[in-house]
Amino acid sequence: MSSHNESILREPLITGKDITYAQVTNDILLPVENKPNKAWWIGFTLASLGALLWVFCVSYTFWVGIGAWGLNKTVGWAWDITDFVWWVGIGHAGTLISAVLLLFRQNWRNSINRSAEAMTIFAVICAATYVVSHMGRPWLAYWIFPLPNQFGSLWVNFNSPLVWDAFAISTYFTVSLVFWYTGLLPDISSVRDRAIGLKRRIYSILSFGWNGSVKTWQRFEIVSLVLAGISTPLVLSVHTIVSMDFATSVIPGWHTTIFPPYFVAGAIFSGFAMVQTLLLVMRKVMNFENYITMFHIESMNKIIMTTGSIVGIAYLTEFFIAWYSGSEYELYAFQNRAAGPYWWAYWTMMTCNVISPQLFWFKKIRRSIPISWVLSIVVNIGMWFERFVIIVTSLHRDYLPSSWAMFYPTWTDVGIFVGSIGVFFTLFLLFLRFLPGIAIAEVKLLLKSASLQQKAKLIAEGHQAPEQVEFFKDSLVKFDSITQEEINELK
Amino acid sequence: METHSHHYHTYNFSEQFEFSGKAKVLSLVGILIGIVAIAYGFLTGGHIQVERTYANLLLMGYYFTCVCSAGAFFVALQYVTQSGWSAGLVRIPQAMAGVLPVAALLLLIICATGLFSGNLYHHWAEEGLTDPNSPKFDKIIAGKAVFLNTPAFLLRQIIFMGAYSIFAIIIAKNSYKEDLDGGLNSYKKNFKLSAIFLVIFGFTTPIWSFDTIMSLEAHWFSTMFGWYNFAALWVSGLCVITLIIVLLKKAGYLAWVNENHLHDLGKLIFGFSIFWTYVWFAQFMLIWYSNQPEETIYFYKRWEPEFKPWFWLNIIINFVAPVLILVDRDAKRKENVLIFVCCLLLCGHWLDYYLMVMPGTVGEHRGFGLIEIGTALGFVGLFTFLTLSKLSKQALAPAKHPFLDESLHHQI
Repeated sequence: MSSHNESILREPLITGKDITYAQVTNDILLPVENKPNKAWWIGFTLASLGALLWVFCVSYTFWVGIGAWGLNKTVGWAWDITDFVWWVGIGHAGTLISAVLLLFRQNWRNSINRSAEAMTIFAVICAATYVVSHMGRPWLAYWIFPLPNQFGSLWVNFNSPLVWDAFAISTYFTVSLVFWYTGLLPDISSVRDRAIGLKRRIYSILSFGWNGSVKTWQRFEIVSLVLAGISTPLVLSVHTIVSMDFATSVIPGWHTTIFPPYFVAGAIFSGFAMVQTLLLVMRKVMNFENYITMFHIESMNKIIMTTGSIVGIAYLTEFFIAWYSGSEYELYAFQNRAAGPYWWAYWTMMTCNVISPQLFWFKKIRRSIPISWVLSIVVNIGMWFERFVIIVTSLHRDYLPSSWAMFYPTWTDVGIFVGSIGVFFTLFLLFLRFLPGIAIAEVKLLLKSASLQQKAKLIAEGHQAPEQVEFFKDSLVKFDSITQEEINELK
Repeated sequence: METHSHHYHTYNFSEQFEFSGKAKVLSLVGILIGIVAIAYGFLTGGHIQVERTYANLLLMGYYFTCVCSAGAFFVALQYVTQSGWSAGLVRIPQAMAGVLPVAALLLLIICATGLFSGNLYHHWAEEGLTDPNSPKFDKIIAGKAVFLNTPAFLLRQIIFMGAYSIFAIIIAKNSYKEDLDGGLNSYKKNFKLSAIFLVIFGFTTPIWSFDTIMSLEAHWFSTMFGWYNFAALWVSGLCVITLIIVLLKKAGYLAWVNENHLHDLGKLIFGFSIFWTYVWFAQFMLIWYSNQPEETIYFYKRWEPEFKPWFWLNIIINFVAPVLILVDRDAKRKENVLIFVCCLLLCGHWLDYYLMVMPGTVGEHRGFGLIEIGTALGFVGLFTFLTLSKLSKQALAPAKHPFLDESLHHQI
């Protein structure tokens, strides 16, 4: 709703004085058009070391086989699937921000969608690596797709949620990639127009001949809306189907009907936490404080708090129904989670996912950058443990007490997980180096409606109700990118 | 608000709805039909017919309360999300929320009398079920007795309904006060109250639906049931809000609400109908897939010839119809299309509740006749009468709502 009738009560989405369209382009392209700074190199070195660790551990797994992992007869699925679900979950915020927030006309998405979508794509790539690496014979990975073949009776089992998963994730990845890349086109052409030589040629090819004509923009708008419409059900479907990997079974603790929406809520929760982790660093290191403002940070914290509470309701519902059902297996599964040998994992999950986001009820906390950053990481630790708790505690003590066992990860398990974080950050840092980290064109849309300078102009015109102006000025105090002087100047 | 002077249109924000004429007569006729149907159900048949009447009373009492709660939920959600588009139309959900205390009281009376007369909830409330020495002893029910017992059940109903009602009334009061006082005090207060209300509502509605509906079949359980009921509540609430707005517009009121607002309401109905289906399907599919008898029994009953056609009709009305009709942009902006879809979906969710209540209560003695139609009409009449009376007491626009200007210029 970026009309000139936007209420003065709404906080600015772009701060700073005398920001022009050219200034926006300059600010955002600074990291793309110049040599990277020291912070980027340090991050990139660390991340690539992680990626190397990943290459080594995955190669070792391929060489030795799945026996390199800590799996045993009872717990035949542990860190691999935990990490997989964790990454897929993180990959949810991008599409939620780009599609659902677009449909709901939440224009604060314009500053954060680009990097959120990028991180979505990288998270889904990380998730996909687990699908392949846990197969034991990765050269047969194409067997998960229903390809006509001459192997006799080899055909995929369409009754298996794992097959649905292969479709859900590849669809999600494709649509997210197209959505992200389409959004990038006008910005890539901005880079192209300012570059020279080989760089210009490369960005020229990447920009698909974008010429900025009215017709091009019209098509761009329509494609964005159509893709948003297609992506919205995908936000729900991916984690719904991931949850069905468990919920269709008869394993106590896995088979529960609330799983699909509860997994989706948890995915959005962890995705936003990851966006928060990345953006808080990015805005500081790349000087994006005027575009990713305190309002963005606070709004994301509110979403984290809400989705954390929804996940909390689901945990309580599950626990309650486990008792209410009168099924002793179900009840035992939950008692075992809370008080069995993995009690520490359960309570880590509860503390990180349900209790810690409640801290965001306090204004001071959700407006503190260091605390928000720490809590965003705490949330993702919690969400990793959630998957670990669901998967391992349900398997390690199932219907046959004689087979009860514990799961201990090997160095390969740990190495692949830590390594995948390296892969993720390597990709993300490369993205920031070569592509605009904020959607330039979309931020420019807000400059004449939702920026501080526009609000200042409105106030100066004198048609605003005084108490609303006061309210607006009060809301600016929390912004780290607005000085008290600037606030005092508003009248 | 001072800034309204530069508008192209001048709206009469002090406009009030006059509740009279056909609307009033028809709602009173509805109430009368309801009383006749309920009296007929109680007085002219045997035990089974009385039970059937109770089942219908529960169905409609719950539906009525759900729709009024949806009004309260809508209002609170607009405050918390700082929505601008809806500012001009909040008086309608506010009026619905204002009726919540009556709806809640009625539901409480239905539950209590049904419980004490043995017509409702006897699956867990009957004498002897929890007594190990009784021939009727039921181990599973005995295991749940700490939760499913008459005092605790009624206490929860009173606490939940009481809490929702109190918040609904205070939030509406603050909004009415804003019309007189202006300023931002009411807005700030309502923002906070709405956040608290949503937390309470979010954490308690699953339990409320476990109590009121799921416990009719006390052996059966589903973690999804709470959110499934919420989806039904929300879709039917949105339909009622939209229906009232369109009918008011047709009667010449609410000039400031235009097709852009209707479009948004249409999108919400479209989206949440799909959400309802998603939740419905996830619950059904997971139970079907894992095929455990203690769970499948629920759908087994609904798959018997007695209910199977209704089972499919439920999906056609509540999913296929809104998807096909509302997917078109222009359809969401047409008043007559919206009237049709809203009425259809409201019937559809009656059927949805029918399928939740009947198989576990009257089972093969279910019916679809004077008692069903009459009770439904009675509650529709009562809801219409109370909501429109409430609506007529205040101005139709929250003239000093800080986001009213945004709502007036809403364009999509």
